[in-house]
Amino acid sequence: MKRVGVFLCWCGSNIAAHVDLDRVQEMSEDLGNVVHVQQNKYMCSEPGQETVRKAIQRHGLDRVVIAACSPRMHERTFRRTVEGAGLNPYLLEIANVREHCSWVHPDKETGTPVAIDLVRTAVAKAVQDVPLQSSYAGVEKRALVIGGGIAGIQAALDIAGSGYEVVLVEREPTIGGRMAQLDKTFPTLDCSSCILTPKMVEVSQDPRIRLLTYAEVESLAGYVGNFEARIRLKARSVDFVKCTGCGDCWNKCPYRTPGEFDLGLGKRKAIFIPFPQAIPSKPTIDRDTCAYFQKNGKCQVCKKFCQAGAIDFEQTDEILEEKFGAVVVATGFDLWDHARYGEYGAGEHPDVISSLELERLLSASGPSDGHLKRPSDGREPKRVVFIQCVGSRDEAKGVGYCSKICCMYTAKHAIMLKEKIPDSQAFVFYIDVRTPGKNYEEFYRRATVEAGAQYIRGRVSRIYLRGKQLVVVGEDTLLGQKVEVEADLVVLASAVVSRADAPQVAQKLGFSYDNYGFFTEAHPKLAPVETNTAGIFLAGACQGPKDIPETVAQAGAAAAKVVRLFAKDKLETEPMVARVDPEHCAGCQWCRPICPYQAIGMETLTERPGGRRVTRRVARVNTSLCHGCGACSVACRSGAMNLLGFSNEQLWAEVEALCL
Amino acid sequence: MKVAYYPGCSSHGSAADYDRSARVVAGALGLGLVEVPDWNCCGASSAHALDHQLALDLAGRNLALAAQLDLGGVVTPCAACYSRLNRAHQWLGEDRRRWLDLAARVERPYRDVGKPRSLLELVVGAIGLPAVAERVRRPLQGLKVAAYYGCLMLRPPEVARFDDPENPRSMDDLLRTLGANPVRWGHKTECCGASLSVSRPELVRKLVDDILDNAAAAGAECLATACPMCQANLEQRRSADRTMPAYYFTDLAGLAFGFSPVDLGIAMHLDSSLHPLLSQGQGGDRP
Repeated sequence: MKRVGVFLCWCGSNIAAHVDLDRVQEMSEDLGNVVHVQQNKYMCSEPGQETVRKAIQRHGLDRVVIAACSPRMHERTFRRTVEGAGLNPYLLEIANVREHCSWVHPDKETGTPVAIDLVRTAVAKAVQDVPLQSSYAGVEKRALVIGGGIAGIQAALDIAGSGYEVVLVEREPTIGGRMAQLDKTFPTLDCSSCILTPKMVEVSQDPRIRLLTYAEVESLAGYVGNFEARIRLKARSVDFVKCTGCGDCWNKCPYRTPGEFDLGLGKRKAIFIPFPQAIPSKPTIDRDTCAYFQKNGKCQVCKKFCQAGAIDFEQTDEILEEKFGAVVVATGFDLWDHARYGEYGAGEHPDVISSLELERLLSASGPSDGHLKRPSDGREPKRVVFIQCVGSRDEAKGVGYCSKICCMYTAKHAIMLKEKIPDSQAFVFYIDVRTPGKNYEEFYRRATVEAGAQYIRGRVSRIYLRGKQLVVVGEDTLLGQKVEVEADLVVLASAVVSRADAPQVAQKLGFSYDNYGFFTEAHPKLAPVETNTAGIFLAGACQGPKDIPETVAQAGAAAAKVVRLFAKDKLETEPMVARVDPEHCAGCQWCRPICPYQAIGMETLTERPGGRRVTRRVARVNTSLCHGCGACSVACRSGAMNLLGFSNEQLWAEVEALCL
Repeated sequence: MKVAYYPGCSSHGSAADYDRSARVVAGALGLGLVEVPDWNCCGASSAHALDHQLALDLAGRNLALAAQLDLGGVVTPCAACYSRLNRAHQWLGEDRRRWLDLAARVERPYRDVGKPRSLLELVVGAIGLPAVAERVRRPLQGLKVAAYYGCLMLRPPEVARFDDPENPRSMDDLLRTLGANPVRWGHKTECCGASLSVSRPELVRKLVDDILDNAAAAGAECLATACPMCQANLEQRRSADRTMPAYYFTDLAGLAFGFSPVDLGIAMHLDSSLHPLLSQGQGGDRP
């Protein structure tokens, strides 16, 4: 007979207020195999744990059931507790009587019977528990950082600075990301590229960082400590070994196209670097624009002028296969497409622009060399209307959340407008002004008091043309009046949204994302940079809207998590994995396509039944790859696949305890 | 193609001209309009403000009558009728038990014959612009038209479910097909003031003048509407110095198809002094 101990936690009043624990205790004492039952106000406290350890020793317990909060909270705690008393940590079961019971039941009348059921099933399962042992796997001490914006740059620098190798993959021809597109930053108004480019240079000069631009991760296999990535290096048609970055090619190239870096406001050449401080500072040929590729080998002007002989039209994509121990995902954000607001002109008016477009128009490296001119006719705008929450906080047409950064950058834009054009006037339509951050409120005050921006509380209903004059119509909800403002330029604070291909990226790399396409952290408070896949971490706005300080902080945190992994030579792996009983496996391979982690292979068994030599194929689980999800054991038709810790026998015991 | 035609009260009265051009244009496009027999008020004017259920039943009775014709759906030229018929259709679609309740109240069975459509919706949708283009005999030669949609044809969007409620394009596309040059302007969906036309005419005058002035500022020579109330307001409730004509889109389509202003009833507009473009000779000629 097993000797089971049941420990009932009050969780202060969290459980005790909605579950009659004395009744649960009485019931538990009557259960077979149960030799000891005890209550504690806080079982997770050190004294609480000590009572468990003492009881194990005093009563010779060989199985422990703890009725408390979710196993996601304290399972690890109590595994260590029972281990401390000499028990195998997997001889512990948690009955979740808080999240699954007391928190959802209004009173003891309804809560207590459910708690009794939960404890009874846990005891039934515990009786079937067997000791399990962890195994260990090595760690490849190299990190893969995906995305070369400020988040990826910071993470790469921090990991490399701790002495580990990093491969930084960026899909554009240069690193720098969104921050490189900005003119100034709030709340200090320091120039964005002045603070970003030193970090970009640092990346290029750090011998431990290998920079792969114009490259994309095609697939990621493996598991924490042992990932295998396939990286595509897109053909740049330029031999970087020979290229000196002199610039003759892009100066001479006769083909122009709207530049992505300037959001189409300015032009770039077919062979180009996106902006002067680009890293690497060597060019890429855009094959969709280049005449050589579009017109059957004509042109070749760049090749004629390149003294280094670096132009290579025949270059092809290259595939790299590399091993990594950890991955940081920092793929950034997009802006919501304001063309979806018909009432704001459906994106048809050139002088209704997004805030990021304004950054390019303000930037000295932008299409107008930093002179603020409006796109339609190049005139200097005097009356500029800023509209907040375009797409944000709009569940009907946009997204439900607050994009977080718009209030602050709009205050910045209002200040910069006044600096650039002293006789200008800014009007800001807002719903709420949100300035939680160090020196943020003061900065917003500066926009209203010093720069004289006129803040109007209300949403804009329409932007229309009166002849050639843009008119912004909205409501001033403080005055309760309709207002019309004639504008030379309208700047829309479009919502921060996830990248269009974010869901595909998450699926490819193997972690989850939310309804909006933002990557999901493992826990909103306590694991904000981890994904639910061990060894993959998040940094920056791919996880949700963030400003620069927050992004940099999160990137540093992600780097710390990576370094923490790399500090170990071996990683303990969870023993709750699938196991095949080769006696029963029919070799049908039904389990293999069902496994989401490609953890099931086949092996050949040789047997000698009655002296006759027979070989047959059976499934085999790679325990390093197995996540213990249990999909295979559900699918197995001969019952040969079993999940350790959740075996078929254990689940049957639970069902029987609950239903019979 | 034959459809049940619900003309609504305006078409038998103040907007008889619209009714005429609608029938001419529909005929030219091979669309048979079969008037719903014994139709009643759609519930737009007073019923829906006073008795929600009565308004639904009035529209519902018309839908039940249309269903008895057993044709390809029901169409109406009036934006207000359109809104009421769609509201009732949607309400009935939410719960089949309402079909029986309605049938008992209006003493005839109800059957779903599809979303009630506006004439514009039918022309740009089921008939299609390629078919319209084929029928054009005298293109409108770049006539600068401001396509005016008003409110109920597009809104509330969950009822109308037609075009972009904030930036509609369907009538612009149709006018372009007819050879006109629709202007980009700001008052496509502004209110014409119809519901206040009797009680507060001075307010409506401002709304109408704003619409006309915005169209003029955009360089338009005339307006095109798809609603008898809009057209009546645009012609009647304007300041005396505003001269821009307001046509039904069917007037312009008919002219492009080669019909004369007389065929189309343009001379019957409330203020026929407003049509300098069409005063000489045959329709479609430019001044």
